Amino acid sequence: MIHGCRPHRALASALIALLLLPAWPSSARSAETKEYVLANGLKVLLVESPKAPVVTVQIWYKVGSRNEIMGRAGLSHMLEHMMFKGTPKYGKGLFSKIIRKNGGNDNAFTGQDFTGYFENLAADRTELALELEADRLRGLLLDDKEFQLEREVVKEERRLRTEDDPQSFLAESLFAQAFLMHPYHWPIIGWFPDLNAMTREDLKQHYDTYYVPNNATLVVVGDIKSEVLLPTITRLFEPIPAKPLPAAQIVAEPEQRGERRIVVKRDAQLPTIMAGYRVPNFKDEDAYALTVLESILSHGKSARLYQSLVYEQKKALAVGAEYNLLATDPELFYCFVMVKPGQKVEDVEQALYKEIAKLQAAPPSAKELERAKNQVEAEYIFGQDSNFRQAMLLAQAETVGAGWRQVDQFVERLRRVTAADVQRVAKRYLVQDARTVGILIPTPTPPAAPAPAPTLMSEAR
Amino acid sequence: MIKTQTAEGGTQKAIGLLPTVYCLLLILGGCLALQAGPVQAADINPVRYVAPNGLTVLVLEQHALPIVQVHALVKTGSVQDPPGKAGLANLVANLLDEGTATRSATQLAEQIEFVGGQMAVKSGDDFTTASVKVLKKDQDLGLELLADILLRPSFPEKELRRVRSQILGEMQSEQDDPGTIAAKAFNQLVFDGHPYRWPVNGTEATLATVTRKDVQQFYSHEYLPNQTILAVVGDITADQAKALVAKHFGAWKRGVSPPRVMTPPAPLAKPVVKLIQKELSQATIMLGHLGVSRNNPDYYAITVMNYILGAGGFSSRLMNSIRDNQGLAYGVGSMFDPNLMPGSFMVSLQTRNETANQAIAGVLAELNGIRDAPVTDEELADAKAYLMGSFPLRLDTTGKLAEVLSQVEFYGLGMDYFTSYPSWIETVSKEDVLRVAKQYLNPTNYALVVVANQTKAQVKPTANATVAK
Repeated sequence: MIHGCRPHRALASALIALLLLPAWPSSARSAETKEYVLANGLKVLLVESPKAPVVTVQIWYKVGSRNEIMGRAGLSHMLEHMMFKGTPKYGKGLFSKIIRKNGGNDNAFTGQDFTGYFENLAADRTELALELEADRLRGLLLDDKEFQLEREVVKEERRLRTEDDPQSFLAESLFAQAFLMHPYHWPIIGWFPDLNAMTREDLKQHYDTYYVPNNATLVVVGDIKSEVLLPTITRLFEPIPAKPLPAAQIVAEPEQRGERRIVVKRDAQLPTIMAGYRVPNFKDEDAYALTVLESILSHGKSARLYQSLVYEQKKALAVGAEYNLLATDPELFYCFVMVKPGQKVEDVEQALYKEIAKLQAAPPSAKELERAKNQVEAEYIFGQDSNFRQAMLLAQAETVGAGWRQVDQFVERLRRVTAADVQRVAKRYLVQDARTVGILIPTPTPPAAPAPAPTLMSEAR
Repeated sequence: MIKTQTAEGGTQKAIGLLPTVYCLLLILGGCLALQAGPVQAADINPVRYVAPNGLTVLVLEQHALPIVQVHALVKTGSVQDPPGKAGLANLVANLLDEGTATRSATQLAEQIEFVGGQMAVKSGDDFTTASVKVLKKDQDLGLELLADILLRPSFPEKELRRVRSQILGEMQSEQDDPGTIAAKAFNQLVFDGHPYRWPVNGTEATLATVTRKDVQQFYSHEYLPNQTILAVVGDITADQAKALVAKHFGAWKRGVSPPRVMTPPAPLAKPVVKLIQKELSQATIMLGHLGVSRNNPDYYAITVMNYILGAGGFSSRLMNSIRDNQGLAYGVGSMFDPNLMPGSFMVSLQTRNETANQAIAGVLAELNGIRDAPVTDEELADAKAYLMGSFPLRLDTTGKLAEVLSQVEFYGLGMDYFTSYPSWIETVSKEDVLRVAKQYLNPTNYALVVVANQTKAQVKPTANATVAK
């Protein structure tokens, strides 16, 4: 029964829950990851996890909106959709149909730094999923008629997720302000003019450039035996030739010099405040202190933002902080507040900054620090309960350049974070001059257009 | 009884504040709870017993990871809300972890979160769940806290006021979600006159009338060990679980099981349409009618039929027609939401305002199509293969296991459900599919809700439709 969600649902912050990556790990993982690199450069990660007779097969390409150019935003995502439109061997729609009739689920996702494909299915069907993924790594049909239709589907997706969703719309505007030069500037799904301008040739070029084995990571987690599976993987994938990748031409976002503010006014019920701070990614040791800071601010009802803004001051319906250190380039640490009816936006915004200021003025207590570490550690163990999540974590770490091995070192690094570190990174990064603030201001609902009389009605009640 | 579309994992759509990761497909999922195929019987063999106070306990040992998940299902929900008090059951559930006889709301949160554990309460129409997930080393604490919120909630007045204002605020914010707006309107039409018509969280008007006394009364009548199923799954032995359950839940006093009125909702006598104006770029469309209860003997044939119609992801007819061949929508699907009493059947999709009529026509064509002619041998075989073959995927985490176990017990499906399911699916024939399509789909007397910019959508209801205000 879907009906009965808890009112706190809005606290679940950002991603579609399916793709919520676990906060980065902590304790040594119970199952060992085995790494292989095929002759063509394909990285293969295998994890034997026999607790249920199922597997997840995932292939991640190191291409996302980060690898696009102005005017063609959304190309990676559009290509992801086209990956289901057939090859000479398996025609339109057959990929999913075959997986389904073998009792499996498949889907795909595109982010700023990656495009990933997965199949979850019974362990004895692993080879089938691998064969299908190997097949579409080369020779995608990219039929122009199919592309024209799918473009309309993607435009519907944009309407659904962004145009008609006030918070998403705000987030999109905020990123465009926070990143002026770096490709994190534009939305993953692209803007309408980009979608309209896109051609089959753009897709073909993107596919030929980035869908090569030396730009991919294949992960299989589940009830498998590595020594049995590896020869199969080699047989299926190794014949696909490697190809040199273009030299990266991605500009670094220059230092931010002063707060930026944007306001979005649109039909909405309640104001939302977002504050994004420019922070380093996994390449900097501060990433670990930032991870602990995020937890202290926002993990659970005992965390500071909930306790203060929701519980004590009753100014917010939902609050959160988000930090993902597994980004290819430095991203944002951001906080959001859904303002409670009747509260003044300015007051609520100041209340948020006050909580941050407290962490800059004094270090967190020993108990808070311990709780944050325990939470991250437990979340990691819980994450292992799902093959899918485990594979996501390894693949993401590998794809963004952190390397899956750092997953196993994470606990140790996280455990080294001190209360003083948390205070230091709060002071260094969560500062006004490095902040981009986005405010959603609801506008009064426009006067209802004269109700279009449904033409064929008979009676009203 | 749908709130919003769900991602494939069957979880609630979260608000999008991040640069969202986009996926190929959002599926109306998880609604034929317990749909699925064969499973290794030996794997799912819970210990089941009834404690002296009437608490039904299910224990399933899973020793792969040091995790213990405990899931309590209480047989009460919004369907038991007294007249004019819609939202009471949900409010009670939401107050469980906001203070007990010995712990404040903040203490409860601090204790579970300090060990990295998770505690959650969810309320629904027919049942309410409270669950806790902890590391093995914290299993005693996990059960203690879960028992504390179920046995000794104190419902402090100040927390009641705060939680109520929180729910009211969220209700307002739901008005930004066209899917929720449409689902609420849809339930009002389909369950006209029945308690299922109300949102679980109630309405502004009804919630305002709820008092602390209502809350305490509802709790004391409804929250009883003999009305509760407790599923314990994970790295714990049956003996350990039994001892811990006795220690923490033993003091829970058996009570008189509350009477249950099981009047099923009445089917629609004629088509009814509701158009809701909102400044949107897309029309959100829900079309459907009364469905079936979970105990309907045709449940499995319906599952197969609905898979072919609109629950089979990219294999479904609706997806093929509306998305792949016409490019009208990103997501389209159909679902039966089986409750204790008949729930709803619905098709839902979003398309740009201007193509609303075309999409509605496409949906009706598919409803007619599957009623007019038998499905193909291939469609039938593929649907059965998926339903039987995907079962292990529905049971591959401790959380999923705890939830499914407690629901198997709740619906009285019997623990042989896990071994019998494949044969129930396997025996469904083309004739069965055609029969249930004719019997349970109604392309004439349906409820249609369209949330859209109505000037652009210009929805044309059928000639005999009632237009609801």
